[in-house]
Amino acid sequence: METKVVEEVAFNLLKQAVIYLPEDVKKALKRAYNEETSETGKTQLKAILDNIELAEKYKAPVCQDTGTIIFYAKAGADVKNLDKVEQALINATKRATKEIPLRPNSVDPFTQKNSGDNTGRYIPFIHWEIVPGNTLELTVMTKGGGSENVCVTGMLVPGEGVKGLKKFVVDAVVKAGAQPCPPNILGVAVGGGTDIAITLAKKTLLRPLDAHNPNPEIAKLEEEILEAVNMTGIGPMGLGGKTTVLGVHIDYAFRHPASFPAAVAFNCWAARRASARISSDEKVEYLTHKNVR
Amino acid sequence: MAVYHLKTPISEEEIRKLKVNDVVYVTGTIVTARDQAHRRALEYFKEGKKLPINLEGLAVFHCGPVVSKEENKWVAIAAGPTTSTRMDIFEDEFIKNFKVRVVIGKGGMGRKTTDAMAKYGAIYGAFTGGAAILAAKAIKNVKGVEWLDLGTPEALWIFEVEDFGPLAVAIDAHGNNLFTDVQKKVEENKQKIYRKLGLSSS
Repeated sequence: METKVVEEVAFNLLKQAVIYLPEDVKKALKRAYNEETSETGKTQLKAILDNIELAEKYKAPVCQDTGTIIFYAKAGADVKNLDKVEQALINATKRATKEIPLRPNSVDPFTQKNSGDNTGRYIPFIHWEIVPGNTLELTVMTKGGGSENVCVTGMLVPGEGVKGLKKFVVDAVVKAGAQPCPPNILGVAVGGGTDIAITLAKKTLLRPLDAHNPNPEIAKLEEEILEAVNMTGIGPMGLGGKTTVLGVHIDYAFRHPASFPAAVAFNCWAARRASARISSDEKVEYLTHKNVR
Repeated sequence: MAVYHLKTPISEEEIRKLKVNDVVYVTGTIVTARDQAHRRALEYFKEGKKLPINLEGLAVFHCGPVVSKEENKWVAIAAGPTTSTRMDIFEDEFIKNFKVRVVIGKGGMGRKTTDAMAKYGAIYGAFTGGAAILAAKAIKNVKGVEWLDLGTPEALWIFEVEDFGPLAVAIDAHGNNLFTDVQKKVEENKQKIYRKLGLSSS
């Protein structure tokens, strides 16, 4: 696989992600606007919808915080040049920062120096998954800082089981309040360890809002938590209303008998993601943004 | 919920008319200031130095915009609000000393700021977080920039705006704070949610 193609696709994905919100997110926001009963909440949702439209019209990033850049690479074991994909993604990130443009959001935590091009140690971060076949599926998430600041992990009491998890999520949403730019999308995960839980929780944010967990019991729990957190009354932008969360996605890993690790990853309403599949003959299929270039 | 269109400079009388949940659009001059600009402005005041712009009757905007220089002219590309709570430590003095009438941001502000707004006549207008293009399109002209040595996000950007909003009045000049009201209600609702989920409260 030519690395030039990978770079071009990654650049296009970044552009699609920061300008055009996924259809499922737009649909959920429109529904929320129609159903919101708080006048102030409705004003906020209207401003969000207007802003989404303006971003598309002017081909400008939907939010000035263009996020931390995270790639998920699902690589077929037979794909050639996999060792060169990382550099291609870094190049694409630098180019996107200059040309779209993106806000430079990559800072050395010790010197406080901003690299200026959205790259740095471990950034953009790449999650690798090896699968059979000869295609490379790339997904980008550009993750806003406001919603990142309220993500939590916790070690719950195994004896409390799922009840403890429900409380953990409700408490996290109440504590976050207006900060993560609600309405939010929640990724929730349990098991593994703190690292595994938060990794899984964040990865579930890539699921479309209309996709529920294939396990009907967990899908029911997603619904139950969604309904519960929308009873908080935090509302759009924390100004009151019934739309606090647009969707809840749950995933899990098996846990140690003594541990019940849990994590909640928040995404802001500007839930930016984009995916594409590159086949061995370098044919590219854009999966989330079929109609935009 | 009433809708107001205000033009800068805004008088104390105009500000006192507003109540929480009203919606405001501002036309005229707004000036961005984040943490560093607030700090420096207060230092200037203490030393008796004049600010590069007279803020009386204007709006201050918690914002670090994405800007670009096109043919020697600055343009605001994306300019949504940043979280206001960080400016809470400065804002009461800022309102008192510089007589700004509108503070624009997201996420709300605390007791000290609410008290200062009641005392000196100012409001907090919540601009929708993330609505960066909506904000940028209301900016008709970048009139100037001061204190660029603080970096572009922290500098004082002087924007000429037309119908900048909608701003939800979340703190009015009468001591009401919508964010605190919502938080109180949320705490009450939390107990209801616990009961619904079969959890004991704590």
